[in-house]
Amino acid sequence: MFVYILRRLLMLPLVMLGVTFFLFFLTQRLSPEMRASLYVQDPRQMGSLEEVIEKYGLNDPMPVQYMRWLKGAVKGDLGYSESANMPVTSAIKAYLPATAQLAAAAMVLVVFFGVWLGIISAEYKDGFIDNAVRFFVLAGFSLPIFVLGLVLLMVFYGKLGWFPPGEYSLASDMIVHGPAFKAYTGFSLIDSLLNLKFYVFFDVLKHLILPAVTLCIGSFALMVRVMRSSMLEELNKDYIRSARARGLSEFKVIYKHAGFNALIPVVTLAGIQFVRLLGGTVIVETVFDYPGIGRWGVECARQLDIAGVMGFSLLVAALFVLGNLAADILYTVIDPRIRLK
Amino acid sequence: MTIKTVFLKALKNKNALAGLALVLFFALIALFAPVLAPSSGRDAYQMPQSGYGIEPQAPSSAHYFGTTENQYDLYYGIVWGARMAFKVGITVVFFALLIGVLIGGAAGYAGGWTDEILMRLTDIIFAVPSMVLAMVIAAMLGRDLGNMMIALTVVSWPSYARLVRGGVLSVKERDFVTAARALGASRLRIFFRHIIPNAIYPVVIMASLDIGYIVLTAASLSFLGLGSPVGTADWGQLVALSRNWILGGHGNPFAYWYTIVIPGGALLLFVLAWNLLGDAFRDILDSSARKA
Repeated sequence: MFVYILRRLLMLPLVMLGVTFFLFFLTQRLSPEMRASLYVQDPRQMGSLEEVIEKYGLNDPMPVQYMRWLKGAVKGDLGYSESANMPVTSAIKAYLPATAQLAAAAMVLVVFFGVWLGIISAEYKDGFIDNAVRFFVLAGFSLPIFVLGLVLLMVFYGKLGWFPPGEYSLASDMIVHGPAFKAYTGFSLIDSLLNLKFYVFFDVLKHLILPAVTLCIGSFALMVRVMRSSMLEELNKDYIRSARARGLSEFKVIYKHAGFNALIPVVTLAGIQFVRLLGGTVIVETVFDYPGIGRWGVECARQLDIAGVMGFSLLVAALFVLGNLAADILYTVIDPRIRLK
Repeated sequence: MTIKTVFLKALKNKNALAGLALVLFFALIALFAPVLAPSSGRDAYQMPQSGYGIEPQAPSSAHYFGTTENQYDLYYGIVWGARMAFKVGITVVFFALLIGVLIGGAAGYAGGWTDEILMRLTDIIFAVPSMVLAMVIAAMLGRDLGNMMIALTVVSWPSYARLVRGGVLSVKERDFVTAARALGASRLRIFFRHIIPNAIYPVVIMASLDIGYIVLTAASLSFLGLGSPVGTADWGQLVALSRNWILGGHGNPFAYWYTIVIPGGALLLFVLAWNLLGDAFRDILDSSARKA
């Protein structure tokens, strides 16, 4: 187990090296002027790009340039993101909490609805509820999340005016950036509570609902499926029959006995799903104009902000690999019968 | 289980039949696009623009589905968009499968260091969510249809390579391979004549059912402005053109409903059709794999 984790952690830098080398190779198609942004520290340097190109040898062979970039990256210097107007590391610090908040909210919905729908679907197998849930799941798999997001905006913002896009309203923005507001964690939900600004808290929550729901619909379908089949398997086991024979209520049999045991595969899946949400945030944050990592990544890609693209991909890859490892470890903690090799 | 029995089993499934009917419906639209919506320009995939007004126009006899922002005809876009969807889906699946079969097959057959290196290559691609990686590659290569397809191929082949590798590993120990070797067949001949044909067909079926997913990713890229060039008949792009109009106007929040519902609906039905088919096939292939 320990060896397994260690080996996977040792693989991490190798995979990162591969990802960055591949992306760096792609950037070589772009002109040295565009690549110069990787090395610029200060927006004022943008005017004198020739010097930057000269200084950092951007016309050198690619491996030489890559090694140079790597040296900087190891020291935590990822260059300057033009689209965010700040160094890449600051951009990550500024945008990551909003995305984590969004992904966490979506995850709560995914797990809750995924598990619940999976249970009732198994409970009424082949009945009306089961068929309805399965149809819903299939639709969830097939629905393009940007279409869903736009339709939700049309109804809940355009028609009803309940849930506006963005991270918070203008009024909250004034409070958050006001002198009395302290950013303890960077998470606007937590900070607003710590500052006792409940207006901001509910405002942030109101803005979080639509993107979280959209993100959730894209990924909860798999959760329902796994929960349903795991539940069906559990319900066929002997201990369930004994529980029923002892006269336990159907509610207790299903939710307490079968439900808990059926959760095992769902937990690993939840870990994997949480990381997968990262891919979805790219689209959802763009649709809802939500200031997170995903929207920044899209802006970097659109504006060919190379430093931003490299930093963004590096971050996403690291989160993705670590998240998958965490899911694996979680699996053995929950089910001691499983041994990782 | 042969291909024929797999197909016969799938056709007994109602969902699969509905999916097949929908796929055929879209295929007919794609096939007869030049008849359904005759083009006047040189490039038929370029949507015609009637006028320069910004505001979308509601469906009328001149524009069956209305027009989008900048007066692209939605009916034309939907019809040629179906052809575009098949073009992108089939091209990407074909090349991803080709690369996947060659690399996965080589890894499984050669084993040892070749296997190790090729599989670590797939790890690198798997280390970034495919949507994000495709976006980054498409952006670096430049906004162009061909580049978008390259990006999608790059992110798609590793999963096929892994599947083929697994298939090759199990086939290469079978008796007929040993027999062929005993008869003095060359390594290349064994690989291409005996191993690959027996290892790839579940992968080929799986891959062709991924067309829906690939079209969905392509549409997402176009929606983000990183896919097909401006004015291409592409469902993702048509959805992107509705973005500024979802709040409605003239006192009616749903005034421009058609700009989003029509292209979004086409995309949804297309992907749904492939998923309906895919589910049925996956169930059959899984259960046959378990029995084997």
